[in-house]
Amino acid sequence: MNTKIMVKDLELHYGTFHALKNINIDLPENEVTAFIGPSGCGKSTLLKSLNRMNDLVEGCKIDGKVTLDGEDIYGDMDVNLLRRRVGMVFQKPNPFPMSIYDNIAFGPRTHGIHSKRRLDEIVERSLRGAAIWDEVKDRLDKSALGMSGGQQQRLCIARALAIEPEVLLMDEPTSALDPISTNKVEELVEDLKKDYTIIMVTHNMQQAARISDRTAFFLLGEVVEYSETGELFSSPRDKRTEDYITGRFG
Amino acid sequence: MRTKFEGELRAMHEELIRMASLAETAISSTVQALKNMDETLAHGVMENDDQIDELEKNIERRCLRLLLQQQPVATDLRNVSTALKMITDLERIGDQAADIAEVTLFLCKNPGFSMPEGMSEMAVAAIKMVRGAIDAFVEGDLDKAHLVIDYDNVVDRAFLRTRDELIQQVQKSAGNAEQIMDLLMIAKYLERIGDHAVNTAEWVVFSLTGEHKDARVI
Repeated sequence: MNTKIMVKDLELHYGTFHALKNINIDLPENEVTAFIGPSGCGKSTLLKSLNRMNDLVEGCKIDGKVTLDGEDIYGDMDVNLLRRRVGMVFQKPNPFPMSIYDNIAFGPRTHGIHSKRRLDEIVERSLRGAAIWDEVKDRLDKSALGMSGGQQQRLCIARALAIEPEVLLMDEPTSALDPISTNKVEELVEDLKKDYTIIMVTHNMQQAARISDRTAFFLLGEVVEYSETGELFSSPRDKRTEDYITGRFG
Repeated sequence: MRTKFEGELRAMHEELIRMASLAETAISSTVQALKNMDETLAHGVMENDDQIDELEKNIERRCLRLLLQQQPVATDLRNVSTALKMITDLERIGDQAADIAEVTLFLCKNPGFSMPEGMSEMAVAAIKMVRGAIDAFVEGDLDKAHLVIDYDNVVDRAFLRTRDELIQQVQKSAGNAEQIMDLLMIAKYLERIGDHAVNTAEWVVFSLTGEHKDARVI
């Protein structure tokens, strides 16, 4: 198991609020890692720290270290390059108000790719990678806003894939989707982990149990337990994990 | 808090204890009937087996409903899956106790045989194992479960001794071959009951530790 992202002694404050406390976690390459925990426990905050999305939050102070393939992402690494390597998919599908084609081509264009042939290749490869090519190949010039919620979310995944990231961060990617679309995204995640390292925040524990290889349980800004998913859901070591996943929390 | 879920888990657990207690009574009564050649008691064991079968169906339904509706995890998952596995062994213990009772009825009508010494040793060990497995389950006692698992070789040794005694009986006289065959069947049923007690104890270990036969199941 190769560690793709290593988080060491991470502390994060939003002003006076201590949002992440002494986080130490190794995220393996080509695996799906799920972050679970009650609202406000810090799981999304940690996710956003992995591609420096928290830099944009006023009053946010980060100490400790996060490395990507051993390189400190809070050191000299260019943030644009980091976000190219570590893509993100959000809870609510957020397609741009433009055509399906342009949604996918947007990222590569901002990274300087303008050749029509090259962009065509990227659009097709990305849409195929997100298992949506067959559904949209005949209407690439139509607005992405006309797609269903499930299609929009897979479009957003395709858009993230277009810039050829190494890591995909997913923040509750199926919480706004119906069961059929959820199933498609889950199958897609299974498929994508061959080529990408995936880290997913989810409130759906059955989803974490179904598709992740490892699960981390967060509580009050700390990682309470981090282990192989089957083990965490069948024999958690910490009583707080047991209480949370069995619904006896609080 | 999941009040309804807690209530359903508790009801399942209580029913499982009742089934285990009936299986324990079945084995001790059938051994008593065999020892005293008590036809009434043997009939009672056979009749009570229906109750055990009925409880198996009820608990199975409860467990499947819990899996469908509550999608249990952690201790809850281990308890529900342990119950599903345990009921199969308890039901078999009940069946084999009834089988022994049925053979006992035949022996009551066809006396003129001598009970092998190893048989009573087997009976005592089998009862002890079933009782131990059930105590381990009810009390959630890991040590008691391991004692049952380790005790299996006592029954196995007593079975071989009984078998040797019966072979000697066959070699000495051919007059009561049918009774001797029936006694060998009883010995085999007792040996199997010991195995089911071991299975039960192993699932108790799983419910407490998440490990089954020293390996993680999930």
